[in-house]
Amino acid sequence: MFSYFYRKDTKIEMIDWNPILLSLKLALLTVIILLVISIPLAFWLSHKKSKLKSIIEAIISLPLVLPPTVLGFYLLITFSPNSNIGSFFSEYLGINLAFSFTGLVIGSVIYSLPFMLQPILTGFNSLPKSLSEASYLLGKSKRTTLLKVLLPNSKQSVITGIVLAFAHTIGEFGVVLMIGGNIPNETKVVSIAIYDEVESLNYANAHLYSGVLLAITFIILLLVYLRKNTNSNLL
Amino acid sequence: MLTFNLNKTHTNSAFELDVTFDLNKGDFLSIYGESGAGKTTILRLIAGLDAMHNGHLKNNDTIWFDSSKQINLKPQLRKVGFVFQDNSLFPNMTVLENLEFALKKGQSKSIVFELISSFGIEDLVNRNITSLSGGQQQKVALARAIVQKPSILLLDEPLSAIDDENRHMLQDLLLKIHHQYELTTILVSHNVSEIFKLSNKVLKIKAGKIEKSGTPKEIFTSNTNSNQITLIGTVLDLEYINEVYTILIQSNNGIVKQVVSKVEFSQYKIGELIEISLSGFQTSIQKVKIE
Repeated sequence: MFSYFYRKDTKIEMIDWNPILLSLKLALLTVIILLVISIPLAFWLSHKKSKLKSIIEAIISLPLVLPPTVLGFYLLITFSPNSNIGSFFSEYLGINLAFSFTGLVIGSVIYSLPFMLQPILTGFNSLPKSLSEASYLLGKSKRTTLLKVLLPNSKQSVITGIVLAFAHTIGEFGVVLMIGGNIPNETKVVSIAIYDEVESLNYANAHLYSGVLLAITFIILLLVYLRKNTNSNLL
Repeated sequence: MLTFNLNKTHTNSAFELDVTFDLNKGDFLSIYGESGAGKTTILRLIAGLDAMHNGHLKNNDTIWFDSSKQINLKPQLRKVGFVFQDNSLFPNMTVLENLEFALKKGQSKSIVFELISSFGIEDLVNRNITSLSGGQQQKVALARAIVQKPSILLLDEPLSAIDDENRHMLQDLLLKIHHQYELTTILVSHNVSEIFKLSNKVLKIKAGKIEKSGTPKEIFTSNTNSNQITLIGTVLDLEYINEVYTILIQSNNGIVKQVVSKVEFSQYKIGELIEISLSGFQTSIQKVKIE
């Protein structure tokens, strides 16, 4: 088996760094967009008790349970120029969503939303209700209360959300394959590149890509846990 | 003057809250009653934190709530001072930052330094909230509630989790600031001696309705003879030494030892609330009747 992985005739080519950079770019953009969406959404959900809240929570959590290919399939249909949304984007904004980096970002945002939203929502819900009420009674708006009181006291939850969403986006495969395909410098992210290299029996390159991915994710998680444990020791 | 007629039907409880009362400027009202009687709800309705179904609420000439006119002022605009049972100080800020956060736009910081000095918290200003004791936290919470110089101060059992020594100190502080800042204060409390010490009016609430209202003496003592001095306290111990029966009572003024007859001795239990009356040279004790 060992020789199978390292066949003498396997040619180690110069590794193409673009898939790794593309993955990092996709994950970074996704995390930034998700932060902007998730913080106000979590704040709104933490204040709501209606049935609408349950429906929205259920929809947002769908990617947690759905196979990525199912989500990718529906997104592909939605993004295709034959659909209303796809044709709107291509006609009015000049953006093709299917098999493009923009489409990949939108897909990643939808796919990773619960991973960012849930920790932040849990963080907000775990704070005593009286904290935000005290802020309102001091004449502060909901926006000020969110930015000055709730967010600073939910730092750990926000960091958890960022890390989970980043790692989840870096590691996504099914959705990317369905809506992005394998276009170099456009949609060929590192997970696709690994699959591609394995398919071409370039195990050495697959090893390199996998090793880099493993190192990046391990370092991120290590930093988070180091920070978390240092903070808890201080308390 | 605060006028209120509060009406709310609790979805999870069997009773309907219906309370009507007037308060004059400078009044110190205590709300007393069993747990779940609706005491905290009254404070939350006045502050605008809970939704009311019917009624009206007016502070001087400003209508805060009127169901018939569909007026419901946001909590931000009512400008009441509110101290929660759990103090609700912001853990991400120091003591000074908590107080400065309470400033209105454009309000001078001088009030913060004035409060720091009158509350005697100069040593705490740069401390984190989590490093303060319960008593210190409530002191800061009280100071924060006063920063905007509210006309109404609402206190939801702020001293219930504080040890005796600090409680007495905070009660004194409460009285001082109530007069100093000419506040109208509403306190929810279970502590009869605290109510006696602080308030001039009491509302006794039962299942969402006013059962009794009046001065603390009218509410808690059976004898209103003005020639009497009355002390409310809790039985700490019952002792029988050298043929003498005594009861150790804790009141606001400290611990008092009272000699009683054998019959009286057998009537009281440790922890019971009693009233000691002094009329001329005669002292008598009796149970505080709280239905």
